Amino acid sequence: MNAIEAEGLVKTYPPDVRALDGVSFSVPEGVIFGLLGPNGAGKSTTVKILTTLSTPDSGSARVAGHDVLREAARVRRAIGVVAQNPGVDGELTGRENLVLQGRIHGLPGPELRRRADQLLEQFGLAEAADRVARGYSGGMKRRLDIAVALVHRPKVLFLDEPTTGLDPEVRVAMWEEISRLAREEGITILLTTHYLEEADELASQLAIVDRGRIVVQGSPEALKGELQGDAVHVELAEPAQNGDANGALDRLAEVHEVMVDGRMVRARVADGARAVPRVMAALESASIPVASVTVSRPSLDDVYLRYTGRAFAEADAEAGRDDDSEEENR
Amino acid sequence: MALALRHSTYMMWRELLALWRQPWWIGVTLMQPIIWLLLFGELFRSVVEIPGFETSSYIDFLVPGVIIMTAFFGASWGGMGMIQDLDRGVTDRLLVSPLARAALVAGKVMQSAVVILIQSLIMIALALIIGASFPGGIDGVLVMLAMAILLGCSVGALSNGLALRIRKEESLIALLSAVQLPLTFISTAFMQKDLIPGWMQTAADFNPLNWAIEASRTAVLEGGDWGFIAARAGLLLAVLLLAGWFALRSVGAYQRSV
Repeated sequence: MNAIEAEGLVKTYPPDVRALDGVSFSVPEGVIFGLLGPNGAGKSTTVKILTTLSTPDSGSARVAGHDVLREAARVRRAIGVVAQNPGVDGELTGRENLVLQGRIHGLPGPELRRRADQLLEQFGLAEAADRVARGYSGGMKRRLDIAVALVHRPKVLFLDEPTTGLDPEVRVAMWEEISRLAREEGITILLTTHYLEEADELASQLAIVDRGRIVVQGSPEALKGELQGDAVHVELAEPAQNGDANGALDRLAEVHEVMVDGRMVRARVADGARAVPRVMAALESASIPVASVTVSRPSLDDVYLRYTGRAFAEADAEAGRDDDSEEENR
Repeated sequence: MALALRHSTYMMWRELLALWRQPWWIGVTLMQPIIWLLLFGELFRSVVEIPGFETSSYIDFLVPGVIIMTAFFGASWGGMGMIQDLDRGVTDRLLVSPLARAALVAGKVMQSAVVILIQSLIMIALALIIGASFPGGIDGVLVMLAMAILLGCSVGALSNGLALRIRKEESLIALLSAVQLPLTFISTAFMQKDLIPGWMQTAADFNPLNWAIEASRTAVLEGGDWGFIAARAGLLLAVLLLAGWFALRSVGAYQRSV
């Protein structure tokens, strides 16, 4: 059985922002599933619908076997949610946050006390347990947030951008904790992220989201594997010449595919090291000056480019500009 | 229903814990009513010399007015806590949990009722110190406390409902400030009803704040007139039900906008 099934989710915010434009995907039980996409792609909206916070204009979804619209109460008992905006109550201690959430889930007193102690221990918060959460560091707040989401032993855990705003070391520690949860406790985890390396590191299955649609779905390895061979990235001295460069490289036998994006020209080749001299020669004979050349194994960035026609970093920066409008709609 | 009540007490516990950590807050919110009591008590001391004024001590007359007013002001700011929860993501976290929707507002309103009770008791003690008397006895004082809580709960529910719809602190502050003082002055908080202008008397008849003040004052000064007190309490209860319905609808409205 699938832990999550989303079918044709559409959500529009007034006046005319189409946040989701027919999102469908399914998540098998017990895996870490990554929703990868730039800011504003529709990841958070998807999570809001799957966690019953928001309702879709059309489409349907089932989480842990229950319909998110018709059986919202059952879904709420089966899920844990860590939203982007940490929902930790700053005026309460770490332990009180856990106890409050546990009571809401109807855990009986003695069991709740044991569970709270265990989670505080597990997330390295035992010492800070009786301090008010307002004074916690960013990493501690995030860990408490996850502990609170786990207090009732949910079947499905939603983590919306779990490492955004954390220091690099804290992020790595968080990655370890998330993989441990899926490995040892068998929880299905849906994780949204706009960090390519995070999706690559954690997710066994992922879907790339762009402009309210899922553009491709699969395991990171399979997605990268579909892009045969290596990528040769050529940075042109003159962006205006990218059309000529495209034409010049397209004619080469060893180049499978060429994509241009500003001054960057990306060619997909069977063997990068052998192709570079040919690529350089072809550009030189077409009098196109080159600033730099790099050869790389396929990355998720290449997968993203392949399916959306633009580089991930650019999409993220571009989306960042309309991010405020999405924030206001929350 | 039982579940909603249980969840509301959990949420009240949460609010009271937060308050317990900053008990000086109760003191701060009492500064203004204490100033009203001391300053107005002195300023209008000679009001009682107007022929037909019902009490011989202005403080006796003023105490129920200030206590109800304090409940009204305090509870009307209740929505600010809701906006804080909205901003911090606490509301969203609670909405994706099995928490009964009503508890989201009821917990805050119940906390506000506890605060009103504590504040009123402090003010009654202070009033006794500065020489006020309560001819209506314990019964009268209990009615006054009940009225303060009843009004406070209605106003608190309204304020939380508005907060869920407005969601911006500045806008809520502007709106509340615009209604607080007019409602206070179009009432008998400071002056006996037949001594205020005629149009204000009419307006005061439709002012829930004034209903609570009149019922409290009748109970505290005269005891007795239970029919009048019950009628006022009934009106206030109707307002409370309406406010509760509005607040619950506002939770739905918020969720539809997320």
